[in-house]
Amino acid sequence: MSEILISVENINKKFCRDLKRSLWYGIKDLSYEFIGLNKINGHLRKHEFWSLKNVSFEVKRGECLGLIGPNGAGKSTLLKMLHGLIKPDAGKIIMRGRVGALIELGAGFNPILTGRENIYINGAVLGFSKKEMDKKLDDIIDFAEIGDFINAPVQSYSSGMKVRLGFAIAAQMNPDILLIDEILAVGDVGFRAKCYNAIHKLNMNAAVIFVSHSMPSIARISSKCMVLNKGRSIFQGTADNAIQQYYSLFEEEKLDIQYPAGSGEALIERMEIYAIEGHENEIFRFGDSMTISCDIKVSPKYKTFLISITFMNQEMQLIAQCHSGYNKVVLENDGHSKKIQITIPKLILNPGTYAINVIIFDETNQKYLGWYLKAKKFKVVGEFVGGAHIQLLGAWNVM
Amino acid sequence: MAESLFEVTYTPDSRLRHPLRLFRQMFRDLWKSRGLAWRLLVRDISAQYRQTALGLLWAFLPPIATTAAFVLLNKGKVLNIGEGTNIPYPAFVMLGMIFWELFKEALNAPINSVIKAKSMLSKINFPHEAIILSGIGQVLFNFSIKLLLLIPVFWWFKVSVASSVLLAPVAVLFLLLFGSMLGVLLVPFGMLFHDFSKILPMITMLWMLITPIVYPPPKEGVLSKIISFNPVSPLIVTAKNWVVSGFGADSLAFWVVGSVSLLLLFLGWISYKLSIPIIIERMQA
Repeated sequence: MSEILISVENINKKFCRDLKRSLWYGIKDLSYEFIGLNKINGHLRKHEFWSLKNVSFEVKRGECLGLIGPNGAGKSTLLKMLHGLIKPDAGKIIMRGRVGALIELGAGFNPILTGRENIYINGAVLGFSKKEMDKKLDDIIDFAEIGDFINAPVQSYSSGMKVRLGFAIAAQMNPDILLIDEILAVGDVGFRAKCYNAIHKLNMNAAVIFVSHSMPSIARISSKCMVLNKGRSIFQGTADNAIQQYYSLFEEEKLDIQYPAGSGEALIERMEIYAIEGHENEIFRFGDSMTISCDIKVSPKYKTFLISITFMNQEMQLIAQCHSGYNKVVLENDGHSKKIQITIPKLILNPGTYAINVIIFDETNQKYLGWYLKAKKFKVVGEFVGGAHIQLLGAWNVM
Repeated sequence: MAESLFEVTYTPDSRLRHPLRLFRQMFRDLWKSRGLAWRLLVRDISAQYRQTALGLLWAFLPPIATTAAFVLLNKGKVLNIGEGTNIPYPAFVMLGMIFWELFKEALNAPINSVIKAKSMLSKINFPHEAIILSGIGQVLFNFSIKLLLLIPVFWWFKVSVASSVLLAPVAVLFLLLFGSMLGVLLVPFGMLFHDFSKILPMITMLWMLITPIVYPPPKEGVLSKIISFNPVSPLIVTAKNWVVSGFGADSLAFWVVGSVSLLLLFLGWISYKLSIPIIIERMQA
């Protein structure tokens, strides 16, 4: 069975940058609403911009639509409209069935009341009667793993505990439609895994929309994906392709090779990366080899030096390193420019976009002679997007 | 299965274009909101005094303080009320103040409740009537607590309660209706521009002075003219008289104000319903 539960047709939403003006427009919109006229929606008023423009999609029961895009792309606005908190300025949204939302868990918690009291309040907010909550209470306390804290005021909870309690209550709903907004960033690994399982279970019988900045989570949960940028839907399709699209949004960023940090006693005069010598490229297939070739000049003051190459993902996390010292290579120096080639036989990074940072140290590995942040960028493409940054190639044996 | 699914459509059209659908939704939401309203009411009442040393005593202190102030002013002949009141002056002021505060709190309740529920409003969808209902519930709770004060005061000053006191709940209801009606009508604009919540205490201050609370209604003069245009006066005068004088205290004005309030409250409800999405949208800006 796969009925369409969420149907969104060409919706637009505008927002105003200026607070005073925004309030004034609010009054105007109110008066239009009161006299039963439709707002004049075709054009933007002064200081307004399209927060969403011509967005359409459908989600069926059992499907999960991943929603990705840079900050300010309109993801949260879209969720708010789907949830009926704000109205679209044009277009039409049809929602079929009971809607549950995991947005800002624990909204409505009162800090000086106990966890137990707050469970009933939050349950009532979500539309449960006291009787229904009585039945669910034990499950909630179990799921949230907060033990004796259940009788302590919520203000004594850690932020992780609050989220756990909020999720535990919300997960008790049996919605036909579930909206999830970037909630799993908090909480420890064990609890996150539990949440994913709970979401997966709910998803089997519901249409889910999942907003996250964590690409591995998106890849894991979504059955299809939409990329929003500046209020427009720029891509809809499979998660892998959507993630590539999303990363390509950041590609216009300027690279920093001309402006190294550090003491300035080491310079990279030339640098290229390639899979096949003589063909510099920025796109590598998963498992390709990568050669980094560069001309480096270090001040004659130093007899030897060290090179550290680090690989950084889109979220600026360092995920892999190649270091001359750790590789037991001695780089001798005479003050002349040296051509150095480093070959990595198999690039086993998760498909995505990465940057290479190069740091040239003195022999003690302490002093930064030259520090090139994002000296090069490259992309890894493959038939999958995994849940971890490094995808080890195993030799598999089935006995 | 597909038939039984509840379907909602969101479009930019004003919901007033389909009044029947809007009214159905309003009454359905009102019905759905009762459980939540009760929970919120219990939450607010039990949280209200939990972080105070004096606890429930805080409900009694304000009316005692204002009554004491006016009694002192009257004793010191700063006020010139004399012997014109039908019951001893302290009991007279206390009774009036309790009814006045009922009106004042009902006036402030809707906007305060919405402000308090702001973070919930912008994140969760729930029947918004619950906020208003629990706000009004809290006003009633505070009012009943204050009524307890009257017992020792009436006993001390040997004031006897008339049998018409049985009608007093009607007056209480009208005061509540009138106050919350104004309050609900203020919500849309008050939530957008905070000027309203700044000016409201000033207005209620002046309003109290032109309402016969600390003085009996004058028979002639400018003040009597002003009072006759003040819609709260017939409500408060009737309420007080029903408690201590007897039947026949109600004027035509009393019933007119009461029923007009009921009608306007319904309009206020519509405006509240229509304005919440717009308020949420502008709140986050």
